[in-house]
Amino acid sequence: MISIRLNQDSLQMQDGATLAALVASLDKPPAALATAVNGDFIAREQREQCVLRDGDFVMTFEPITGG
Amino acid sequence: MSLTIGGVTLESRFFLGTAGYPSPAVLRDAVRASGTQVITVGLRRQLSGGGEAGEFFKFIRDMGAHLLPNTAGCTTAREAVTLARMAREMFGTNWIKLEVVGDDYTLQPDPFELVQAARELASDGFEVFPYCTDDLVTCNRLLDAGCRLLMPWGAPIGSGQGLLNPTALRTLRSRLPDIPLVVDAGIGSPRDAVHAMELGYDAVLVNSAVALAHDPTAMARAFRLAIEGGRLGYEAGIMAKQEMAVATTPVTGRPFVL
Repeated sequence: MISIRLNQDSLQMQDGATLAALVASLDKPPAALATAVNGDFIAREQREQCVLRDGDFVMTFEPITGG
Repeated sequence: MSLTIGGVTLESRFFLGTAGYPSPAVLRDAVRASGTQVITVGLRRQLSGGGEAGEFFKFIRDMGAHLLPNTAGCTTAREAVTLARMAREMFGTNWIKLEVVGDDYTLQPDPFELVQAARELASDGFEVFPYCTDDLVTCNRLLDAGCRLLMPWGAPIGSGQGLLNPTALRTLRSRLPDIPLVVDAGIGSPRDAVHAMELGYDAVLVNSAVALAHDPTAMARAFRLAIEGGRLGYEAGIMAKQEMAVATTPVTGRPFVL
């Protein structure tokens, strides 16, 4: 198992888990989120190849109103 | 009257922000009343159990206006670059309103981080709309970095103080005659928008002054008219101020006989 941080939460995932798997487990359609791992943008089509490691910090962003 | 930015020709010189409206319905009505063709949007870190998204996003897309995502909340170039890339994927546009804040109280842009982020994003194919101060040298550095337009502040974001330094804004207009200039932030009333347009600015970006009005829809229309009027006045040629009175009714010479 690995421990990662997802936004403000901590969670455990299986070794070898991908960012795509993490995003698929969330309550939003994968295309409705943008993702970054350890501060670097990970494009939608790269999530499957992005294997998470212990201690990774994943951020997901969603569209909002803005000025 | 049209304005070309990033290869896109706009008939409206009114960029409208979408934050802080009393309801999505009021926002929709205000967008319609404004006639805007550029609306700003943002991204935020998703919170667990967060509310429904999608509906607003769909509405914004359906408006048919160009989306201008921002990098609000970023304090470093690295953060801003990451958020800009996310925004490009999420909103399907290479336009980015680049905000890199250097002071929490004034939300004043950090010129050093801003230029660094602008350079990186411009080289990555973004059309960078940098939110900057009215400092001429910083603006020149942003242009060197690959920006093709500039968005200097009128006053701190959300303050509604109007154009605090019209002299600096006039200098920018004078020194950068061919660069599209958009006053972003600080505009509090339609009068401020007229002021910006009469200085020769190409457009204004307004959010709080519309969103926080008692009647945002009416205020959006007021700004629309003000911006059109200010621009028309600028293009028509504003008379030179005189130190003393100059009699309007001729008592000599050859007046038109009615």
